Amino acid sequence: MIRTEELLLNVGPQHPSTHGVLRIIVKLDGEIITEAIPVIGYLHRGTEKLAEDLTYTQIIPYTDRMDYVSAMTNNYVICHAVETLMQLEVPERAQYLRLIVMELQRIASHLVWWGTYLLDIGALSPFLFAFKDREIIINLFNELCGARLTYNYMRVGGVKWDAPEGWIQKVRDFVTHMREQLKTYDNLVSGNEIFLARIKGIGKYTAEEAINYGLSGANLRCTGVKWDLRKDMPYGIYDRFEFDVPVGQNGDCYDRYIIRLEEIRQSLRILEQAVEQFPEGEIMGKVPRVIRPPEGEVYVRIESPRGEIGCHIVSKGKDKPYRLKFRRPSFVNLQILPKLLVGQPMANMITILGGVDIVLGEVDC
Amino acid sequence: MLDLLAKPLTWANFGIMLAFAVLFLLLILGYVTYAIYFERKVIGWMQFRYGPNRTGPLGLLQTVADVLKLLIKEDTIPKKADRELFILAPAITFVPAFAALATFPFAKNWQFADLNVGLLYYAALSSISTIGIVLGGWASNNKYSLLGGMRSAAQMISYEIPLVMSMVGVILMTGSLNLRKIVEAQGNWFWEWNFLPQIIGFFVFIVAAISELNRTPFDLPEAESELVAGYHVEYSGFRFAFFMLAEYVYTFAIAALTTVLFLGGWHAPFPFLDFIPGILWFLIKMSFCVFFMFWLRATLPRVRVDQLMGLGWKLLLPLALANIFITAIVKELLR
Repeated sequence: MIRTEELLLNVGPQHPSTHGVLRIIVKLDGEIITEAIPVIGYLHRGTEKLAEDLTYTQIIPYTDRMDYVSAMTNNYVICHAVETLMQLEVPERAQYLRLIVMELQRIASHLVWWGTYLLDIGALSPFLFAFKDREIIINLFNELCGARLTYNYMRVGGVKWDAPEGWIQKVRDFVTHMREQLKTYDNLVSGNEIFLARIKGIGKYTAEEAINYGLSGANLRCTGVKWDLRKDMPYGIYDRFEFDVPVGQNGDCYDRYIIRLEEIRQSLRILEQAVEQFPEGEIMGKVPRVIRPPEGEVYVRIESPRGEIGCHIVSKGKDKPYRLKFRRPSFVNLQILPKLLVGQPMANMITILGGVDIVLGEVDC
Repeated sequence: MLDLLAKPLTWANFGIMLAFAVLFLLLILGYVTYAIYFERKVIGWMQFRYGPNRTGPLGLLQTVADVLKLLIKEDTIPKKADRELFILAPAITFVPAFAALATFPFAKNWQFADLNVGLLYYAALSSISTIGIVLGGWASNNKYSLLGGMRSAAQMISYEIPLVMSMVGVILMTGSLNLRKIVEAQGNWFWEWNFLPQIIGFFVFIVAAISELNRTPFDLPEAESELVAGYHVEYSGFRFAFFMLAEYVYTFAIAALTTVLFLGGWHAPFPFLDFIPGILWFLIKMSFCVFFMFWLRATLPRVRVDQLMGLGWKLLLPLALANIFITAIVKELLR
């Protein structure tokens, strides 16, 4: 008899496909994973604790660094929480600007996911295609607020900068351009036999499991649960727009892929309507110079590209929060990983991990 | 050249042969240098990039600079590696790569060894390289490289057999293993070349050959996103360069072999184009094959290791066997 041993393999924290500093300790029987333990915390900065010593305005740039692929939605969740607590009125124009940047951000985030996911699976070119289109969005943001990744764009009561002249037209052009590009994406990738063989039926879970694990975003919708906070618990001005919530049936990586591509299309639809209705007016509401929310608690949640991002603030009536807690979708979604990996070959580990779409800045917060 | 091979082996003849061999070696090294440049350019263009364009005019010296950098790097050997095997592995990989090139007929009289078992010689030598990869993976004493090495072994077994089987159809049509005779047996019009009558064999050959090369979509032993760099994860400096060199020499070899077996070697596609020297036709066809491989690299994702085995054993091998069967029957009926 040949003596066989389990191979203990340490994947990460420096590994091309862990999307940052995630470490997964896997036990391998040949190429089959028998156990997987994700080790997180390499990027932990203690945002929530730090926030206790910061004024509300000062917290906003910290949220940029959580989910750095989707900073706008993070900006929004903290501002939205404070506004809810203070019952502030946000001007129309600011609402529209927020919505437009958030939907652009969703597209940008999904593009990053799309490119890197295919890179994980071994296709080099889609990454460049995706980043070329994402660059347009980044440039739009750059024009709007002077930053390309960590925007610090929103404020409690509105937004910091108004749209420069011609900006709305550029967004309109982008919508047309992106529609065409999505067709190219589908032509290039979505029908590829090798790609389909790699993702179909991989990383399956049921709707019940997804709910038990608290999954959200595309990770939940791929099982057929139609749950999108923009639709089901509308925040901001989302109730004014027409869009669909794409759902899958099988709960596998393929459904997650299709859903994310479809979400880009739906975001484009929202953008199209938003730029048509874009109103004139103020971009900042009437906000006291020092933001002191009344004593109390608030929990708000919104739909980030990765799922449900929540913000829980406990205020004691000071200019700084007493306690602050973010519910980060990447962190929650990651928890199902050990369960999905058992019994899978090494190559599927990458497929499944990529399909979950995590951002380590958000996992570790 | 062929006359030279027929002459008795005197010192003078040996000297001439040696000079030719060195010349050929330099040509191959030149090919490798610019194949890498070409690959980066082609993939760059396909991805809206320029590719290398800074080192030298049009970036032509980029690969030279890369190789120089590799050569002056510190030669590191991991402490727990199997030292002898670690050093031996790159040599085992790249020596057969060069040796396998000897039998290719580049033009009517351009051949370095007129072997009657040329095809067998190529198939035998090229599979030695895999041993180097497995050894390298094993000797590095690294878990990723071990996985890469083992994948390479599994891949070789699954693909060497369909590869050789797909050549059998051509051998049946020609009645010879001699590469020169295989080319001569293919006619002067392009539809008389083997790729049309042997279309199944051609397909199997292309797929198996790309897998043999460990190139996308079958680059599992390296599989950057899974195994970091696979079997050569611990190699650096010129030992790493040897592995890369072997890989690119094999692109040359496979492209040349495809040209010889299926694309009519040095023949022009139409007889009236015969005034263009045969070597040029050979190079054009070969360059197309090389381009095809680079094109695939920019296009396709990677297959999974078990899917690769399935493809090899369940699809390619039966297809290759069916091809042999059909070829034999047709040949018998036409006689």
